[in-house]
Amino acid sequence: MSNTRFLTDAQLPFCKGCGHALVAQNTEKALQKLNVNPLDVVLVTDIGCHGIVDKSFLTHTVHGLHGRSSALAAGITAGLNNPGKKVIVFTGDGGATIGMQHLIGGAHLGFDMTVVVHNNMLYGMTGGQPSEFTPCGFKTPTLPEGSTKPGYDICELMVAAGASYVERVIGIGDYSDSLAKAFTAPGFSLVEVMEICPSYGVKSNPGMKLSKLVEDAGWNVKVYADGKGNSFKTPINSEPKSLISDKFEVKPKYSSSIERPFSIMLSGSAGEGVQSAAEFMAKAAIVAGLNSTKKGSYPVTVGVGFSASEVIVSPKQILYTGSPVPDVLIITSTDGLGYARAAAGRMKGGVIYIDETLDAPETGARIVKVPFRERVGAKNSAMYAVFYAVHYEKFYPIEALKDVFLSNKIAEKVNIESLLQF
Amino acid sequence: MHESKKNLAFIDGSRLITEALVRAGADTFVGYPITPANLLYLYASKRFPTMLAAPDEITTLQWMSGFAVAGHVPVTATSYPGYALMVESIGMAAMMELPMVIVLVQRLGPATGTATCGAQGDLNVVYGTMSGGYSIPTFSISNYHDCWELSAKAVHTAIELRTPVVLLTSKEMVMTLQSFDWSNLPEIQPKKVKHYKGEGTYLPYKADETLVPDFLPVSQNKHQVRITASTHDTKGILQNVLPEAIENTKRLEQKLRRNIDEYTTYELDEQQGSETLIITYDISSQASREAVVHLREKGKKVSLLVAKTLLPIPQIYVDIANRYTRVVVVEENLTGQLRHLLFGAAGRKGVSGVNGIAKMISPTEIVEEVMRYE
Ligand code: SF4
Repeated sequence: MSNTRFLTDAQLPFCKGCGHALVAQNTEKALQKLNVNPLDVVLVTDIGCHGIVDKSFLTHTVHGLHGRSSALAAGITAGLNNPGKKVIVFTGDGGATIGMQHLIGGAHLGFDMTVVVHNNMLYGMTGGQPSEFTPCGFKTPTLPEGSTKPGYDICELMVAAGASYVERVIGIGDYSDSLAKAFTAPGFSLVEVMEICPSYGVKSNPGMKLSKLVEDAGWNVKVYADGKGNSFKTPINSEPKSLISDKFEVKPKYSSSIERPFSIMLSGSAGEGVQSAAEFMAKAAIVAGLNSTKKGSYPVTVGVGFSASEVIVSPKQILYTGSPVPDVLIITSTDGLGYARAAAGRMKGGVIYIDETLDAPETGARIVKVPFRERVGAKNSAMYAVFYAVHYEKFYPIEALKDVFLSNKIAEKVNIESLLQF
Repeated sequence: MHESKKNLAFIDGSRLITEALVRAGADTFVGYPITPANLLYLYASKRFPTMLAAPDEITTLQWMSGFAVAGHVPVTATSYPGYALMVESIGMAAMMELPMVIVLVQRLGPATGTATCGAQGDLNVVYGTMSGGYSIPTFSISNYHDCWELSAKAVHTAIELRTPVVLLTSKEMVMTLQSFDWSNLPEIQPKKVKHYKGEGTYLPYKADETLVPDFLPVSQNKHQVRITASTHDTKGILQNVLPEAIENTKRLEQKLRRNIDEYTTYELDEQQGSETLIITYDISSQASREAVVHLREKGKKVSLLVAKTLLPIPQIYVDIANRYTRVVVVEENLTGQLRHLLFGAAGRKGVSGVNGIAKMISPTEIVEEVMRYE
């Protein structure tokens, strides 16, 4: 056991008789037993009386928000990614209540850290309100009739969540061995230190004995998990590939004779290849020396309902990517018709290619009915419709679209000849 | 034909943003998925040296802060509902002086609104992130070049000023695929957080004339590091309202204001003899640029200011606006948030807005507003 100091000589900042002072002293003793360097320790404190102890520690100290200390510490330990460092969290039962998800999540993922819950069963700093840890019958200044609900059993919760080491201790005397075991356990450990706040807890519950109270609450003072868990390894991708490699290059090969931008809307059903058909159409425009944009619209449930896409092809640079009124509208299904009806209504000219089984929407555009679904089936109807529209609208040579199609895996499954029936 | 072009691709802005963030020095992405920021999350999982999936947005910001304390430069991408959850933690990170970038992809609100519809509704939210009149440096992306350059600038600013930085964008920019030539993108130099090199006691919040204190991560064991979100002195110790501590808090804003010129970036296209200025940012910039082309074709003289550094508002925007009798502020929200920040509730004679929600503002609407007084 070393005699390295982890605490300054200044008096600890707590009310007389507060168990928080013992937590600090036992922490120092445990770290001395483990012979660690104070600057290999990061103490993360929560909000509450215990949280002002950071100034008394000679370790690194980090003091954040109420309830979030365990999440902040998780980030620190994941960022350090070094089991040689000790990341210790001090929190109260209030902070543990607020940040319960961070405790469950931390235990679940196995972050290398130890949480020391200073459980005095109430919020001390703000005047003695009950927390979720307040046991049945325990009185506080704002709950003088006593709690009617049992408090959380954090130890059971942590075991269920997968913590590596879990122990409940009565916060009296020397419990540094328990803390030392937690500090050395791999992965996530938690020690719940049972305390009574002399300023609020004792006054509201005169004569109550801490160990009796813990026993009556049904909380066992024991080791719940013995440190056999795994610790979280921060994933490190040492050779991530650039997102803008030559792989994405599109080489212009053909040319187009269009002199103005065209906006094309493709509207069909989810699962019928609308998005990829539109993407092929826009990509082929680049192969044909044009500029293009493509955006999709679909309900949040991407696998059902309509699926629509807007494409702009232009000989000039495209600035504004909106296209409130399409020049060409392609509708391949009932869902698609439902979605595109408003756009069709706004069209004063242009053309609508629509599956022949559908009723034409109200529009100022010319209607062309085509048996898209009948000829190639529902699954390929959007792709076929795009070939059809490019063939007749002549935005660019159909060869550009063929090239894009043939360079994609889909060409292995869909015979291109079926898409060239005009 | 694109004869002169070399690297033509069909990509979305998310790809450029993610790549630029990493090249500029960000090394960790912590994310919680939300539409329309999902592509950034997806690309980050392939591109960042470290990528962690967090269980929610509060945890996201806390983990990021932890990574920053350990010496990393973290990034996340979210949308308003997630940003709202992050607010308290962003204030914490700013108070702790931790570098990080939050990409905020705007979508239609209020509340969960419509996840798949774009918007420019979050400027006021970002403006009000910090209690007490402090700023989060905020950049806004106006086109693909900005996806690249401003993403890098966001990381560099976060590192140089030791602060969270918001990179504001919207659904259209990060999700729409566009043909783009990336051969003209400038090289991005990676930046590193400046570490304390002294031998004496390290005071984590003692700053030199740059007003930015040197950093030390908790991974080293030579000097003690104290980091705190509560009002603190230069040692990092909680100190109620002690003058030294209050001075330290004031320094958080002063360090931004003092260095504002270095991170102020905007596009100013002034036409001689023009009395009308269009001011815009984010996704309305492209419609505004197109409107300017149409207006000039019609013979109407008009100037354009695209604000890229949004917060704190650079004084130069007000100075430029004051040179014009007519100012039209274009933004996709209900009441004109930038207009309000620039001209206040009192407004100014000759100032009007083109606003709208649930659809992109079109060049035609902008042209009509500019021509309204002709
Ligand atoms: S109020 Fe209670 S918990 Fe807080 S320091 Fe005093 S005794 Fe301890």
